[in-house]
Amino acid sequence: MRGMRDEGGGMRGVEAPNASRRRFMLGAAGLTFGVALGVPDAMKQAVAQAAGAKGVFVSPWVTLYTDGTVAIMSPAAEMGQGSLTSLPIILADEMDADWSRVKIVPAPPRGKLYGNPAFGGEQYTAGSATVRGYFNSLRQFGAQVRYVLVDNAARHWGVPHGELATEPGYVVHAKSGRRIGYGEIAAFARIPAQAPEIEVDPVSKAQFRLVGRDVPRVDVAGKVNGTAQYSIDVQVPGMIYGTILREPVEGAAPERIDDGAARAIEGVIRVVPLQFGVGVLADTPWAAFKAKNALKVAWSRKARGWGFSSAKGYEQFAAVGRDLGRKGVAWETKGDAAAALAKAATVVEGEYRADYAYHAQMEPLNSVAAVSPAGDSVEIWVGTQSQTITVTAVAKALGITEDKVKFNGLLLGGGFGRRGNRDVEFIVDSVLMSKAAGRPVKVMWTREDDVHNGRFRPLYVNRIRAGLDASGKVIAWHHRVVSDEVLAFMDPVRYKTSKGRDNIAMRGTEMPTYAIADQLSEGLQQATGMRTNPLRAIGVGQNSFANEVFIDELAAKQGVDPVEFRLRLLANTPLGQRARHVIEEAARMAEWKRKRPGRGLGIAYLDYSGTQVAGVAEVSVDRQSGAIKVHNFWCTIDCGVAVQPDNVIAQTESSIVYGLGLALMERITIEDGAVKQSNFYDYQVPRMADLPDVHIKLIPTRNHPTGAGQMATPLVPSAISNAVFQLTGARLRQQPMLPDRVKLALEQGGQRFA
Amino acid sequence: MSQMIATTLTVNGKSQTVTALPDTPLLWVLREQLKLTGTKYGCGVGQCGACTVHIDGKPNYACLNAIKDLGGRRVTTIEGLAPNSSHPLQKAWLAEQVPQCGYCQSGQIMRAAALLRENRSPSRQEIVDYMQSNICRCGTYYRIVRAIERAAKEA
Repeated sequence: MRGMRDEGGGMRGVEAPNASRRRFMLGAAGLTFGVALGVPDAMKQAVAQAAGAKGVFVSPWVTLYTDGTVAIMSPAAEMGQGSLTSLPIILADEMDADWSRVKIVPAPPRGKLYGNPAFGGEQYTAGSATVRGYFNSLRQFGAQVRYVLVDNAARHWGVPHGELATEPGYVVHAKSGRRIGYGEIAAFARIPAQAPEIEVDPVSKAQFRLVGRDVPRVDVAGKVNGTAQYSIDVQVPGMIYGTILREPVEGAAPERIDDGAARAIEGVIRVVPLQFGVGVLADTPWAAFKAKNALKVAWSRKARGWGFSSAKGYEQFAAVGRDLGRKGVAWETKGDAAAALAKAATVVEGEYRADYAYHAQMEPLNSVAAVSPAGDSVEIWVGTQSQTITVTAVAKALGITEDKVKFNGLLLGGGFGRRGNRDVEFIVDSVLMSKAAGRPVKVMWTREDDVHNGRFRPLYVNRIRAGLDASGKVIAWHHRVVSDEVLAFMDPVRYKTSKGRDNIAMRGTEMPTYAIADQLSEGLQQATGMRTNPLRAIGVGQNSFANEVFIDELAAKQGVDPVEFRLRLLANTPLGQRARHVIEEAARMAEWKRKRPGRGLGIAYLDYSGTQVAGVAEVSVDRQSGAIKVHNFWCTIDCGVAVQPDNVIAQTESSIVYGLGLALMERITIEDGAVKQSNFYDYQVPRMADLPDVHIKLIPTRNHPTGAGQMATPLVPSAISNAVFQLTGARLRQQPMLPDRVKLALEQGGQRFA
Repeated sequence: MSQMIATTLTVNGKSQTVTALPDTPLLWVLREQLKLTGTKYGCGVGQCGACTVHIDGKPNYACLNAIKDLGGRRVTTIEGLAPNSSHPLQKAWLAEQVPQCGYCQSGQIMRAAALLRENRSPSRQEIVDYMQSNICRCGTYYRIVRAIERAAKEA
């Protein structure tokens, strides 16, 4: 019956539970059903809100109301990527819920129940891993709920379970023509304590009702009328305002504080010395900001980062990259790259660089906390990428247990990796300030604070050596990545078990679809004392740029068309076939072979965590100013099953715009350890007039869903650089491709680094 | 500049008297005193447009206008644009599924509403020129353009 689904109201049959087969249920949640683990408060509140309707707690994920409403937990953070909607869609589809009756409830912090299997059970929204990580378990949970409902209907009617089917929101008995709504069943349902073991079809055989149908996002309505709530919008009774002047370099401390001018400002309540800075408490945000600006602080010079600069970083990192005697930590090892390089007919080398880059999420960091007068409990209102990490960090800051932290998760005004660091310093801020104040405090960072205290994509120098045989075939690949440490700084907990493998800095060096037998990528992360973090597309944003520009250089050396060169490199595997498809389709859409006067075309391809993406940029260059104009960008994406196809397109548009900024204009400069830029006037991000026309094609396949939130970002700098080469013969090997750098490269026919 | 002053202005059609330091930007008065939090803080220096409101019918930055200069002026925020999200732009924004994180969208819509009041059927280039003041870090620009064109057609 399952195969007989149609778009409208087809019926869905029921498989008998198959006890002999182990399921793919992940984590404890799938093994426990009913009320064994207790009903989370958030679900209780959702139940209480339905006037007159009785709620039946079916599983930690689903509560059914007698009026037919279905409350479904959504465990991820919503920062614009759409997961708040897409995860419940997956569950609702499998339980055959009537979507118009679904009410989405943000899940409370309970990693054991709601954690992402892709992150070891932590509730952590990052890495475009949400749909990918939760997909199987949510289908499982949906199928279990559906089974229980059908089972109850079978008992109610005294008919065999196998004679029943479902339509959205109903159990149907075709033989007798009877139907019963899920809400009616809720009134008499018996809920088993143990989850029934249900087999869920593998994706390749699945039929979906909601998945793949462009269900509108539930968070959008509040975002067009100002009612959507972010943590910066929260006000609680008795609340005052806090700001913090933070140390310019991580680890420095205030040595002398002159707060006379600050305290003279009307509305200022108190100046609060902190280990890492100086806080101000005030009646209004404006008084707090003014007072912060009036503080004069002398900082200790003990911190590691003092004296460091972007320029010194480049010099130091480039030297490390060149010195092959310095071994790094192996990230990707295939075959024996050293031996293959030794026997290669030719060895070609390339060096690529990238500056620090800033997240620039539109909502400056902030949080609200109310610490109890005794300091033994706290309530927080936050926008975080990880509920799990946040609760732990807050409890640790107060020296209390995690059950004493009451968590309120709000929408995020952008994340891009800025709000998932293990110490969530922007949240602990308000906790410390509320503790000092003895009342609720909203701590807001100004935009200047957000830039000066930024935690950036690190500085990079990438060095690649490729070995070619006599026929020009690539037989060896050795990629050395020198950058600041990221994982060690942003997540010491994960770093401890990483054996020095910095996944944030190193991702993207691996090339799973290119058939190069001997590959080694090694990480040489440097302890510079700079503040770093994942930033959209993490290491892939630079490492794939290095790979894809270098591949273009190899193609040019051999006089082979860059598209053709990539197609020849692809492995003859199922993933390689999908790669071929996205590359060929992007080339076809762009009319790759068509010459256009004054404009160049460049291609880039990437396997990003299994998602296949390709992009073609069409550019022109103003030779006077060195400014690059991107006229068109064609992009193809195959992320397997697309839960919300239009949202995949939207995320890809977003990824391209973000990549454009990183490619052409975004640069953070460090001098004497501190950040030079301050606000959008000296850290430029793309505006409407900067954009190319985009042409995106989603290539849906029946594969397990992979990521969609950032996959196209790394394509943009690579494709632009390759397009500029096709047009001018000059190679751009550094992000961002600022006009001055482009001019220099044009004069020299290729980039010596600036 | 250090003594609080009282200012009376009209916000979304309602007369309001507020007390604040004279150089307090309208933004903070709207958000923290009047609890109209749809108007967002993004940069504080008139660079991003997230705080765009209408002052006497013209688009303006709430972060750059001090409360002392606003006595007797008429301010409209996203909350006062239209009842029940009924403005053609709000409907178009939903139809095109514009917002992602959504944080900048109040400012985008207020800016676009001013554009359509000045120019009922703007060309694509006119839209781009006019909207250049507003940053969207999620890159929803393509959908913003489509939504403005849709609203212009359907209004």
